[in-house]
Amino acid sequence: MKQKEYIEPSPVRHTGTESAIAAQAPHYKKTHQVDLLRFITAGSVDDGKSTLIGRLMYDTKSIFEDQLKAIEASSKKRGDAQVDLALLTDGLKAEREQGITIDVAYRYFSTPNRKFIMADTPGHIEYTRNMFTGASTADAVIILIDARHGVIEQTRRHTFIATLLGIRHIIVAINKMDLVDFDQKIFEKIKEEYQTLIASTLSGSTSKNKHELHFIPISALRGDNVVDISKHTPWYKGDTILETLENVDVHSGVNVNQHSLAADANPVSLGRFPVQRVIRPQSAEFPDFRGYAGRVEGGVFRPGDSVVIFPSDQKTRIDKIYKYKNEPTEAVSSDSIVMTLVDDIDISRGDMIVQDYLQKSARQPIHQIHQPIHQYAYQSLPQVSNELNVLVNWFSATNLQIDRLYILRHTTLETKAVVKSIEYKIDIQTLTPIHTMENRVGTDIDVKIGKNDIARIQIKTAKPLYFDLFSQNKVTGSILLIDSYTNETVAAGVVV
Amino acid sequence: MISQNHMTQKHNNHLDQLESEAIFIFREAVEQFENPVLLFSGGKDSITLVHLAHKAFYPAKIPFSLLHIDTGHNFTETLDFRDELVKKYGVDLEVGYVQDLIDRGVVQEEKGINPSRNGLQSATLLEKLSQKKYDAAFGGGRRDEEKARAKERFFSHRDEFGQWDPKNQRPEVWNLFNGKKAPGESFRVFPISNLTETDVWEYIQREKIDLPSLYFAHERSVVERDGTLLAESSYNTLLPGESYEKRRIRYRTLGCVTITGAVESDADTIDKVIEEVRSSKVTERGTRADDARSEVAMEERKKQGYF
Repeated sequence: MKQKEYIEPSPVRHTGTESAIAAQAPHYKKTHQVDLLRFITAGSVDDGKSTLIGRLMYDTKSIFEDQLKAIEASSKKRGDAQVDLALLTDGLKAEREQGITIDVAYRYFSTPNRKFIMADTPGHIEYTRNMFTGASTADAVIILIDARHGVIEQTRRHTFIATLLGIRHIIVAINKMDLVDFDQKIFEKIKEEYQTLIASTLSGSTSKNKHELHFIPISALRGDNVVDISKHTPWYKGDTILETLENVDVHSGVNVNQHSLAADANPVSLGRFPVQRVIRPQSAEFPDFRGYAGRVEGGVFRPGDSVVIFPSDQKTRIDKIYKYKNEPTEAVSSDSIVMTLVDDIDISRGDMIVQDYLQKSARQPIHQIHQPIHQYAYQSLPQVSNELNVLVNWFSATNLQIDRLYILRHTTLETKAVVKSIEYKIDIQTLTPIHTMENRVGTDIDVKIGKNDIARIQIKTAKPLYFDLFSQNKVTGSILLIDSYTNETVAAGVVV
Repeated sequence: MISQNHMTQKHNNHLDQLESEAIFIFREAVEQFENPVLLFSGGKDSITLVHLAHKAFYPAKIPFSLLHIDTGHNFTETLDFRDELVKKYGVDLEVGYVQDLIDRGVVQEEKGINPSRNGLQSATLLEKLSQKKYDAAFGGGRRDEEKARAKERFFSHRDEFGQWDPKNQRPEVWNLFNGKKAPGESFRVFPISNLTETDVWEYIQREKIDLPSLYFAHERSVVERDGTLLAESSYNTLLPGESYEKRRIRYRTLGCVTITGAVESDADTIDKVIEEVRSSKVTERGTRADDARSEVAMEERKKQGYF
């Protein structure tokens, strides 16, 4: 077949989804349960990112013949000598030809036991916001490093965003090993460089998340250690890229806290249920039904559980949990459910139903809960405040404007907000903070926050927010800023 | 009241997650928009969408209408199925007729032997959206369908002319959606963005969702043209030398009868369809006569004794 000129297919071609992959991976989980992994690839075309994606899709039989035909035609039209599998991932023809903003594209492939949703984002410095967007929902990130160049600035940026967003699994793919004779020393040297990098990134950041690092020597072009174990790296005993993607824990992305705490055998987990909609059929069949629809964003909810309603501070218990007509005995993170409560309480969209683990002890009224962070870590209730510190990624071409009215979205709540101050901006080259002179607006105007910038700011909101730190709960610890005049999404941020 | 079913739930299975995501999108859109509507084409994706909407708001009814843009070039099975479905879910149905706009001279029909009314659907849709003041329209689009769709958002902003500006899409971060808009602007909302064709079929199987018989193998009078099997219909014209013949076929997608190609198939049950979809070598849109189609793919399938 034509594509051999560019990308050499693996020795064993898969003939269907019940493919040979399982046979090649002896440790493959023998279960019918198919789960879902969302991951992001970070790296530029030069790193071989497109080739890696092309190979993953090709080798998992996710490229169809008509797509291949279309790529062949495009390559021919452009006068390429070879079929360029990168075209498959590089989006719209118009986008390439006109050089308009490159954006996040989502791609899908699967193996018998796992479905993959891959956010494919460009790696250049000017696209920080795209990586931020794609990474926000990812359980894993593949960071590509060219074996000839080792850790470079771009690697630092990608790592910074990955740690900022608390991506649990960082897969460091050291690519183009074929160009350095599959030299183990080079691999080990880059691995060491990267470990130093991540240690310094983490010590400088506020991220408390644990990251699991996976180092894999690969040649995306030749297929070494991508799907199949390479003959050229007998010194490498780990998993291939695909095996790693198949085996990493997928539950970390939903709510870091739930799982990290569970792992620590800590009984406290952050049960959070932002109310999306009140369901009141008012029909003959369900005359008095009043349920709260939403998605569990942390913890486990069961009928009978004591809960406290934010912001009203009322307490009650869960009556029933519904998933359509079923009544499951529990609902966990990411489940869309309808919940009914024992007491008739006035609850609307934007309110949050929270597990009340402390109901037996004397609990402070929620408005008094303003504990320092280290004490708060042992609290199970959200913080309540209309001031919060946020690390934002600025998306808009219009700079951040102090005093301008923004709309802030936090879970299902919406409120007016202003930026009170800019504490610092991250220098995206050196990843060090550029502090404003006195961390005060008005006294210092040299720090401008513009498109793709990452900055630590203080926001004041019209309504109080009930939130967690991002390091404790990704959903209740993240916000969106919308320009109240243009309706543009200007920034996203994590609560720190 | 609600049936006591204490079945053990399977958590974090991919279909559960995709369903939960779609339900979340439905609820979010209904809260963020004044007057949403669901675009119902009669195809499996929009049927799946209606099923998900039903689950999202149960035990309340689906809180919006269905809107069907009727090209007039329908399979009769599609219309019958649509009317049954509307009754079953107790939803209102709004129909926009392309023929209306043609009659009024607002749009003009293509010339040619198999005129496609695809292009005319947009004008009909936009007119309907503005007449009825719908500010958001749910669609069954999926990101795996084609390259452009891979970059589409869940909440996709449209200007006053209903245009999508891929250069100016709103970033979608975590699950925070921005449905803010100026008067006259609208949104398209795609709850099943992350489902692949296989996912949709597996979901249909799991949920036992009824589909029009067209999706399953049956005998039909068709003509083979450029590797595409077009059904006999009063809207299609035979070219010199062509004739209709009986074949055992099914449809992977449903659109206008003039352009939707069938595939030869023995898959007359959902299990067989899933098997076929999984081993398919072409994308589902490859069966659309208006999409470029590879002859080699057809040849390859036949070589392998393709059904």
